[in-house]
Amino acid sequence: MSFTENYQEITHHHDFDRETARKEVIRVTIILTVITIVELALGFVMMSVHNELMRHVLKGAICIFMLAKAFYIVAYFMHLKHELRNMIMTIVVPLLLFIWFILAFLGDGNSYKELKNRYDPYHHEQSQIKVEKPAHGSHDAKKEGAIE
Amino acid sequence: MSHAVPAEQKWWSGGKSPFNVEYGKVMMWYFLMSDAFTFGAFLISYGTIRFASNSWPDPNEVFQSFPGLGSGLPLAFVSLMTFILIISSVTMVLAVQAGHAMDKKGVVKNLVWTIIGGIAFLSCQAWEWHHLHAEGAWWGSNPFLNMDGTKASTNFTNFFFTITGFHGFHVFSGVIINIVMLIMTLNNVFERRGHYLMIEKAGLYWHFVDLVWVFVFTCFYLV
Repeated sequence: MSFTENYQEITHHHDFDRETARKEVIRVTIILTVITIVELALGFVMMSVHNELMRHVLKGAICIFMLAKAFYIVAYFMHLKHELRNMIMTIVVPLLLFIWFILAFLGDGNSYKELKNRYDPYHHEQSQIKVEKPAHGSHDAKKEGAIE
Repeated sequence: MSHAVPAEQKWWSGGKSPFNVEYGKVMMWYFLMSDAFTFGAFLISYGTIRFASNSWPDPNEVFQSFPGLGSGLPLAFVSLMTFILIISSVTMVLAVQAGHAMDKKGVVKNLVWTIIGGIAFLSCQAWEWHHLHAEGAWWGSNPFLNMDGTKASTNFTNFFFTITGFHGFHVFSGVIINIVMLIMTLNNVFERRGHYLMIEKAGLYWHFVDLVWVFVFTCFYLV
């Protein structure tokens, strides 16, 4: 059985209308552009926000927009939304592992920080010492980083 | 090999493709899934270390230069890089669609634009790396202070160069793949084969590179 014959049993993609597909691409491009602009706007807003809680809220919003962008790229550009349900599931279900992966590891990092600050006061003290701001690009700056 | 196809499709009874996509495309998806876990592991280890640190450098202070315009412009250059990659992803979709319609000219035109976009992105990244290197940032060397004015460890630069480097390497291989696709198209390989499915697989890879950038961009430059 040649490759071409093999291809012919793949039936779904032939009802393909180029004009509709083109419109979908334009729509998704606009959505991605708008989301990116909103993300950048939030990034700019965040520069003047110093309230810890407010910063977390903004970061959370940016992460949601990031996931929305990922959805549009995978669903439309990578065409996954138009595949068979079985095909979608074989990709999406394993990716659910990321939910555990992210929660567990970020939680672990945070707990490490807290335990270390509590039981290693010297570490905590050292991490609170402010240093003079070195001029960017100066030789001193390079040396200072290199010691670490 | 002729089959009487029953009215109700039985995808798993043999003789047909249960996912209704060709083998190579399924394998490309599985490869990308494994690649997603590699990138995910990198980014999550970055997040873990960041969550474990009392303070971290401010991206708006580190990335604030634009070639020809000097510094004091946070987010500007990286927005340009992001838009270059989005647009090159769009031209890639258009190339795939042209391939569907067996429109060789359209495939060539859009592939050329995609390759140009990829090279533009790589050039931006080369400039940024060079600029940061000139400021004293490299693996094992971090001239930037933490957000709260305390001394930063080298974790920030180590993760930045490793992860953007790994992504840049993907962009580079994507450009090479696209150039190969362009040569094959120009040589009428797909025309003779009767379909442009190979372009779709290259397209999946290219979109994945864009997808990863969405995460890298957010994790390193925005939050």
